[in-house]
Amino acid sequence: MMQNNKNNFNITFYLLIVPVLIWLIFMIVIPHVEMFISSFQVENDEGDMVFSFGNYIEFFSQKIYWLTFVKTAAYSIGVTLLAFIIAFPIAFYLTKVTSKKNAGFLMLLLLIPLWVGELVTVYGWIVLLGDHGVINHFLITIGIINEPLNMLYTNFSMVVGLLYMSMLFMVIPVMSTLQSLDDSLIEAACDLGASKWDIFIKIIIPYSMPGITSGAIIVFMLVIGDYLAPNLLGGKNSLWFTEQIYNNFLQTFNWNEGAAFGFLLLMLSSGIIWVALKLSGQKLEKVGA
Amino acid sequence: MSKILEIKNLSKHFDDFTAVNNVNFSVEEGGFFSILGSSGCGKTTLLRIIAGFQQESEGDVIIRGQSMKGIPPEKRPVNIVFQNLALFPMMNVRENIAFGLKRQKLKTADINFKINEMLERVGLNGYENKKVTDLSGGQRQRVAIARSLVMNPSILLLDEPLGALDRKLREHMKVELKLLQKEIGTTFVYITHDQSEALVMSDQVAVMHDGQFEQIDTPRNLYKNPKTSFVAGFVGDTNRFELQSRFGDSIKCDSIITKGGWKLKRPDASVTPEILYMRPEAFILNPDNMMNDIEQFEVTIKTILFDGSNTKLSTMVNGSNEELLISLPQNAQFDGIVEGHKLNVGIHRNDIKCF
Repeated sequence: MMQNNKNNFNITFYLLIVPVLIWLIFMIVIPHVEMFISSFQVENDEGDMVFSFGNYIEFFSQKIYWLTFVKTAAYSIGVTLLAFIIAFPIAFYLTKVTSKKNAGFLMLLLLIPLWVGELVTVYGWIVLLGDHGVINHFLITIGIINEPLNMLYTNFSMVVGLLYMSMLFMVIPVMSTLQSLDDSLIEAACDLGASKWDIFIKIIIPYSMPGITSGAIIVFMLVIGDYLAPNLLGGKNSLWFTEQIYNNFLQTFNWNEGAAFGFLLLMLSSGIIWVALKLSGQKLEKVGA
Repeated sequence: MSKILEIKNLSKHFDDFTAVNNVNFSVEEGGFFSILGSSGCGKTTLLRIIAGFQQESEGDVIIRGQSMKGIPPEKRPVNIVFQNLALFPMMNVRENIAFGLKRQKLKTADINFKINEMLERVGLNGYENKKVTDLSGGQRQRVAIARSLVMNPSILLLDEPLGALDRKLREHMKVELKLLQKEIGTTFVYITHDQSEALVMSDQVAVMHDGQFEQIDTPRNLYKNPKTSFVAGFVGDTNRFELQSRFGDSIKCDSIITKGGWKLKRPDASVTPEILYMRPEAFILNPDNMMNDIEQFEVTIKTILFDGSNTKLSTMVNGSNEELLISLPQNAQFDGIVEGHKLNVGIHRNDIKCF
């Protein structure tokens, strides 16, 4: 009987683990190994693949590449900060200020844009921000401006699009930590003479740090690896590093350089997250939990 | 002694009910004042009004002769120890205690001096760099008290701080809190639903019921001379008997009969009692026939409820339907008592409380 139970357990265990392993090996590990190898290969004059650092050297020797690289990193950090600034008050309002019933309804409103997909929301922003778009039309009609504001195809419109698609992923983890924040902690701080600002800086922010960190990681990853918003909303000057990768793979068909760029992006985002975790004193295990 | 806290005609109304109903009391400087009541009696609301977290509907809170109207919690000379302690989990012991001092913008040296002094006082030296989540229940308790006391408040408010501790530790902390209060001399206002906590620690206890104070008295008086029926039934263990009204009505009649048919001599001819209370430990087993003013009767023992020093006999009063709990001293004299025995019992008429 015992033996039988044990066998059952084993079968269940394997049934559950196999899809995960298949997913990991075929979708993550093998393509990455393949990419890693091909990133160190260039075509020689005979058309054969030989080992070389050429793809990486190309990246560092061409100013446009690493400028885009740095810009992508800086903008991703910026968008993450903006997402935090916008999302934190929303999360605080939903968990601590409004009633449970209202919070559910408002949460639904936040989720709806996610249902229609990024492409549709990006086109939504094009409709809103264009020279003859809703906002310009409205501003001209009420007479605030005479000439349409140039908002679309700028860094501004790109940041708006990136923020819009990623903000919710900051709201949710922050909400879940704030939910566990006991109101009596805030009252205790108040009782000990803390001003509203003190309470915010010394109690609420440190308490919700795990949620903020995991939200920041998700938002940062989504933004740095996004292609649609920079491509459709950003202008000629708003080159995003994913666009360079895209160009290599699908326009110049230089898969080896594309692979090298892909790895550079992976190292960049991992590096920034590592530094951010060190700076904020958070542990990845704790943030993930 | 001067009055440090005065509560005048304080009421708090919520939409459909009144949590605190016209409460008046004052606390002496350096006293230990407890508010005792079951959950939902309004005691937490009262405490939160004193701390400033809730606004009174009517009346006034006066601390050291100064009205607290419109003064926010962070500006009041009171500190509160919360029911769940509300220690800041992301800070260590030292940072928790330093939190209030840092808000006062004191010098680091002063802060360190005060913290060390306070740690010493609550017996937590060497724990200052521990995370509060790593402490035991009793230690967390002490951190919470230290965090409030280090602010040197005029009054320390405590909201059932021992509620979450296990029984043994609670007994221990009761004594410790009382000693700590004596030593530092800060006025404590303590709210609890646990009468033992209130009786052991306090100089004065207020029994609160349905938003009102039933009685404010010393623990001893509260126990010995309850002023209302609620206090008599609420404080301490007691036997409660309802009386048959037709006998209570007549002034001339010199005996009273309970609903269960137990006939007793009327204790006081001037009142018409409806309910009697008798404490289990007030009964005298096998009383001397020569004793005066004693109500004597015979009971049959149903069961012995052994609980160490708190052992009780569950008995029936012979010739009636009334059950009676009687304390059984754990000494050799009554070792022979077993279930089914008949026993002569007496109670002094002063110990029968009538309402």
